[in-house]
Amino acid sequence: MASVVQKSDERRIRNFHLNFGPQHPAAHGVLRLILELDGEVVERADPHVGLLHRGTEKLIEHKTYLQAIGYFDRLDYAAPMNQEHAFVLAIEKALGITPPERGQYIRVLYAELTRIMNHILNLTTHAMDVGALTPILWGFEERETLCEFYERASGSRMHAKYFRPGGVHQDLPPDLIEDIWNWTEKFPRVIDDIATLLVENRIFKQRNVDIGVLTQEQAFDLGLSGPMLRATGLAWDLRKAQPYDVYDRMDFDIPVGRHGDAYDRFMVRMEEMRQSLRIMRQCIEEMPEGPVLTEDRKVAPPRRGEMKRSMEALIHHFKLYTEGFKVPAGEVYAAVEAPKGEFGVYLVSDGTNKPYRCKIRAPGFVHLQAMDTMLRGHMLADVPAVLGSIDIVFGEVDR
Amino acid sequence: MSALETLGKHIEAGLAHEVTGFSVARGELTVHARADQIVKVLTFLRDDSECRFRTLVDICGVDWPEREKRFDVVYHLLSMHLNQRIRVKVEVDEETPIPSVTGVFSAAGWFERELWDLFGVMVSDHPDLRRILTDYGFEGHPLRKDFPLSGFVELRYDEEQKRVVYEPVELMQEFRSFDFLSPWEGAQYILPGDEKAGATEEPE
Repeated sequence: MASVVQKSDERRIRNFHLNFGPQHPAAHGVLRLILELDGEVVERADPHVGLLHRGTEKLIEHKTYLQAIGYFDRLDYAAPMNQEHAFVLAIEKALGITPPERGQYIRVLYAELTRIMNHILNLTTHAMDVGALTPILWGFEERETLCEFYERASGSRMHAKYFRPGGVHQDLPPDLIEDIWNWTEKFPRVIDDIATLLVENRIFKQRNVDIGVLTQEQAFDLGLSGPMLRATGLAWDLRKAQPYDVYDRMDFDIPVGRHGDAYDRFMVRMEEMRQSLRIMRQCIEEMPEGPVLTEDRKVAPPRRGEMKRSMEALIHHFKLYTEGFKVPAGEVYAAVEAPKGEFGVYLVSDGTNKPYRCKIRAPGFVHLQAMDTMLRGHMLADVPAVLGSIDIVFGEVDR
Repeated sequence: MSALETLGKHIEAGLAHEVTGFSVARGELTVHARADQIVKVLTFLRDDSECRFRTLVDICGVDWPEREKRFDVVYHLLSMHLNQRIRVKVEVDEETPIPSVTGVFSAAGWFERELWDLFGVMVSDHPDLRRILTDYGFEGHPLRKDFPLSGFVELRYDEEQKRVVYEPVELMQEFRSFDFLSPWEGAQYILPGDEKAGATEEPE
């Protein structure tokens, strides 16, 4: 009899294990999160990633450099061009080439446009995870416009493959630049609208303030970057600290938070959208005329018109799209400030036309690792709020 | 002397036994270190007042199958205080484990799991060394150069057994690996159709 009582006691105090995902609507994709719960309090969180693993790095080793660009769109599919940016910067660094100015301006313009695209997606889905449905409906209307800008520049709404080593693939049509300008004029109103719904909203604040707090010390230890790091109060932004392309000519501020909680991360991203608009407007104002892609025919294809007249151009085109170009042996690391944090590409070349090794350093992978630290001691209901605030996309985490 | 070279010299002086050399190429500083001393090296880089590399950016492996110690393990660090990056490289073979650096940077945890998963580099003293990216029950280490791109198993949902079944890979079409390197420059092997050209005549 006594043993039975003891046994039921034991059963009562045993922690409860909960499988969060991989098919949970708030899991932002295919995250399987194993939570050890004491009542409703999270004792331990063990994220199982890799359900979207496609072997990108292995595939890249079997493709030429130009063919590999397409894989970068498919990593973080909420912000495709920023990833391409890191890869082409790595190739350019290895080859020692600089794109023409107009190409650099277009890249910065589209990188910032992509940042807004990403933040719209993240902020509004984060709001939805904690119960607000309206922002996502308003936000996605704007996101669709941005997808159209993508399509008009590259021919594709999402998987653009627009950035190339030595510039961008095509010049922008003049009316597109005008349309982007007009859009930057009216978009701040949408940000304001979304802000009025959320920023001072009592429910939103109750769900986010002091949730998932990380200190600066922890941020260093866990290797955080991007808005996650800036929310702890550290003004670190690769666009300012280690500028690439024409970011050194841009005038913009780095928003920082103070508490390092989910709410601060949200607010940092809100302000980053406004700063991105500033950069976009400067790009459009200052953009010079000229070529958008390097004239080096060993790296970039000749223009179509040229190919109709010149045999040499035709040969260059053929060689570039079959053999590709060779990158001198050696290794480079190039990083960009992607919307989610530092996105880096470590490229090892053996002097052939294919990368020997291409390591993709995704910010989401590092941030997801911090889940356990952030969640301990929080309630089960805070899990979606924290997950939303770290801005996770599984394409880049699982690679 | 550039700032990177000064930094490299400083590190070499501070870690005379642990570091075997450094190089500066393409504006990047690479420090070569002994694999068994990696914890000490990273601790020094983190705490030294002239380094302060307090962020671990990345750990990754590179496979060079023809080498005796076939793996390079590459650590990328970032110092936000000095606005400087550094790369630490160590060489390991298949059998010898590499000490875990999770005690220096917590961020190393998943990177080392990935290293084990994709390359099969053993990590000692790791608190939780499991596979991370590949499937549950996966065998092999996919980023090794001798692992085929198509893998060994494929899976599908079996309608009769009502579960997912694993089967050996069966390609509908032969796997084609095109070599676009120019035959006049690159090819180190006998080209198709060219088998008789360089062959030594064998008596019949």
